[in-house]
Amino acid sequence: MPREVTYKVGLIGHEQHAKDVEGTTQDITVQIHELDAEPWGVDTKLEHVGTEVPRVDGALKATGAAKYSYDMQPPGLTFAGLVYSPHAHAQVTAVDASAAKAMKGVLAVKTMEGQRATYPGKIVAAVCAESEAILDDALASIRVTYDVRPVAAVTEDAMKEGAPQVTGRKNVRSINRRQPPDASKAFTEAEVAVQADYRTAVQTHSCLEPHGCMVMFEADGSVTVYASTQATAGFASRRFLQALGVPRSQVRVITQHMGGGFGSKFGAMEWDALCAEFARETRRPVRMMLSRRMEHLVGGNRPDSIQAMELAGTRDGRFLALRGRTHGTYGNAAGGGAGAANTAVYRIPVTEMHQNAVATFSARGAAFRAPRHPQGFYALESIIDRYAGEIGMDALAVRLKNDPHPIRQVQWRIGAERIGWKENRRAKAGSDKGVIKRGVGCAASRWGQAGRHMGFGGAVKVNCLVERDGSVAIESCVQDLGTGTRTLMAIIAAEELGLTPTQVDVRIGDTRYPPGPGSGGSTTAPTIGPVTRNAALRAREAIGALLAAEWGVADHEVGFARGTFSAPGGKSTTWAKACSLVGPEGLRVQGERRRNWSSPFRETAGCQFAQVAVDTETGVITVEKVVAVHDAGRIVDTMTARSQVNGGVIQGISYALYEEKHLDRAGGDMVNPTFDTYRIMGIQDCPAIDVVLTSVASGYNNPGMMGLGEPATVPTAGAVANAVYNAIGVQVTELPMTPARVLAALERRQG
Amino acid sequence: MADKQSEGGPPRGGLTRRALFKGAGAAAAAGAVFRSLEGAAEEAGPRSQGPGKVPVTLKVNGAERKVPVEPRETLLEVLRLPLELTGPKPVCDRGTCGACTIWVDGEPAYACSVLAVEAAGHEITTVEGLGNPDALHVVQEAFVAHDALQCGFCTPGFVMSCAHAVKTHGKDLTDAQVRDACAGNLCRCGTYPHVIKAALAAAKKGG
Ligand code: FES
Ligand code: FES
Repeated sequence: MPREVTYKVGLIGHEQHAKDVEGTTQDITVQIHELDAEPWGVDTKLEHVGTEVPRVDGALKATGAAKYSYDMQPPGLTFAGLVYSPHAHAQVTAVDASAAKAMKGVLAVKTMEGQRATYPGKIVAAVCAESEAILDDALASIRVTYDVRPVAAVTEDAMKEGAPQVTGRKNVRSINRRQPPDASKAFTEAEVAVQADYRTAVQTHSCLEPHGCMVMFEADGSVTVYASTQATAGFASRRFLQALGVPRSQVRVITQHMGGGFGSKFGAMEWDALCAEFARETRRPVRMMLSRRMEHLVGGNRPDSIQAMELAGTRDGRFLALRGRTHGTYGNAAGGGAGAANTAVYRIPVTEMHQNAVATFSARGAAFRAPRHPQGFYALESIIDRYAGEIGMDALAVRLKNDPHPIRQVQWRIGAERIGWKENRRAKAGSDKGVIKRGVGCAASRWGQAGRHMGFGGAVKVNCLVERDGSVAIESCVQDLGTGTRTLMAIIAAEELGLTPTQVDVRIGDTRYPPGPGSGGSTTAPTIGPVTRNAALRAREAIGALLAAEWGVADHEVGFARGTFSAPGGKSTTWAKACSLVGPEGLRVQGERRRNWSSPFRETAGCQFAQVAVDTETGVITVEKVVAVHDAGRIVDTMTARSQVNGGVIQGISYALYEEKHLDRAGGDMVNPTFDTYRIMGIQDCPAIDVVLTSVASGYNNPGMMGLGEPATVPTAGAVANAVYNAIGVQVTELPMTPARVLAALERRQG
Repeated sequence: MADKQSEGGPPRGGLTRRALFKGAGAAAAAGAVFRSLEGAAEEAGPRSQGPGKVPVTLKVNGAERKVPVEPRETLLEVLRLPLELTGPKPVCDRGTCGACTIWVDGEPAYACSVLAVEAAGHEITTVEGLGNPDALHVVQEAFVAHDALQCGFCTPGFVMSCAHAVKTHGKDLTDAQVRDACAGNLCRCGTYPHVIKAALAAAKKGG
């Protein structure tokens, strides 16, 4: 029987900054399924949830004891590697692998002649060998003959009339789902309109652990796969299963730890399938991990963007219309991921966006932490600052005027105070005397993930196991990418059972356990949190029922608080003692993820402020400080959440200042496929990061959780760019903002 | 960790450690690349080893381990397999990322840029040699307490760099010294702020 509950949702704490903002909390009424736990509201007092809890697998990772797919090396392990096309566009006319085949220790060789490569990194041969050294020799001995064709390597080249076609269709394709409204009337009538073109570069995921897996046939013919994946249950693709020649039910996928995915590691890829074929043919364990160069070439990337933006508004800072035309490349896949997300935060009456995907001779893009958002928000937040400059209004005041989200209204106030907006924002941009000029800037974030009730392989469920000694285990196939999934499950189960998080044994990352979500789109925490609670609750009820029988009272008379069961008549016992009633085989119950409820807090809100120093002689930008204010629904572990936000900010600065996949424009190959030539941010570049978490009881699910991974990186580039604009008085309209681009912008200002 | 993908034919563009070492006089190559081993390289003088496996005795985490290695094999490869110390991670294979950081005679080194044959006679310490989950080194303990790890793939390298900084500077360790110590370590997940916190906390505790 569903029951109706009325409770308060919205912002938890931060009263001082919320006092003159309307609507930061609200009472809502929800219908709760009988298998779903009571919602935790704004006023619910919790013991572990919302505190600083060190991650439960921290010691394994700090000692090197944590095993990643790359570390799996059972006896008899063999090694697989690839030969790939260095040409972006070519016909593979011949592959001579005779020398490799003749080598001692080479177990199997595959060649793919006759294929057309439309990106550098296209696999043309694969080898499986006894040792890595033999593998290297074998790969180096393979001779490939290519018929090289012309390319359109970069987005602009592929957009030109007569450019070589990548697929059977035109290179440029609209990805608008419907005809956008016409903003021309608004623009003609507006008092003010500003216009600018912004560009962003292709960014590679650069996961430290490369893509790949280790595949092993067991004695009974079943298969165990250790995969570096964001979805254990989603890894075994049809192609992969075909390669193995066994049904899905016989394939166990394990991901205990994985070294970064950021959106690029879900289903098995061609190299994984080749690894599976080798395992099937040799009946030996086979490991295939991409090289760093391949990782940069084919391991996924964030599409670039060319965004022609226009913003119209009133003289007193009210937005009237936004118009934009964007182009971006998703590589040879010409997919819809090439758009730029730059709406949905501010109140803008008319938004006319024309979005286009451009096919290029590059490996396909992949979802990358907040797909479309960092690039879109960079352009949107930049054009807003240009508008603010045009009307002579404070950039923060403009945002406060147009932002309808009550939580973000509070966050802007918190952030402004912590960055010292009043003191540090240059009223006149670029007004500092001397070579080093400073400024501050800000940008908004949004995301909207409250989790799902369905995962890969079915409805999301979690087991809870209780032993007679009171020990508790939680099981799900969900994987922990380093985001702290294990830890938050332990915290939530502990909260429900009156234990401490370290007392809960969390077993995850294995398809042997119940179906869980893939980890993408910041859905993992809000998907798995509520169901973990439900599982723990089922266990508590089951133990309570055993006690009721023992005490001779009705089930509902048994109460539970802070680890102690009690019943009328002064009966009381601890969790551990009550568990002695469990049979020798232990107790196993299952919780189910119910559907989300609806809530007035439709989106997670966030904003970031950056302070930069720009050396106007060298063009070098130093980010000195970032204040990151984020809501992710209810924050379960403030410690791992802060790590997540730090990561989002750091990737965002890296994107804003350093990262660019450089292509040889004539041939299409990547010219910087190493970490010494493709620069990601190091510790020396890392600013002080002040993370403020504004926990919100979201109203969507029983703990009130939302996702955090993506929103933390959405606003960073925009905030840094606006800080640079404030510092030097001119916008750098292309990411990354390299010294050369900064100097060019300064020159334009002078000229 | 070899560049297990190749375009066929001799390596182009992305030169790998193994490609560099392969065929080169082992002593000369390692001596040029790696400062802490210079002395050893000079003593050894010009000589050649291999091809094929040669027996080497490595002193790893206090124990002598006798292993047959190919002269072109890096220390990182030999530590991970056959020695099964998978704490040091293969990431860039060219001395850029620090995920393979170990100590050679107490000094930090990139295991991907040292030849296994060259490491004979030196004290090698990996992250496993510092502590284990039941007996954490003070730096490892601080990494856990301050959440200086996310995916954790870079973590063994950062632990080794920080532990060296703590050992060197003791209680006076500064923010700038931690940054210097970790300047050769990359993290994609963004653990830097917590790494600094953890290292400073460990130093205070008296690493
Ligand atoms: S793997 Fe050795 S420094 Fe990157
Ligand atoms: S924790 Fe993932 S790379 Fe550093």
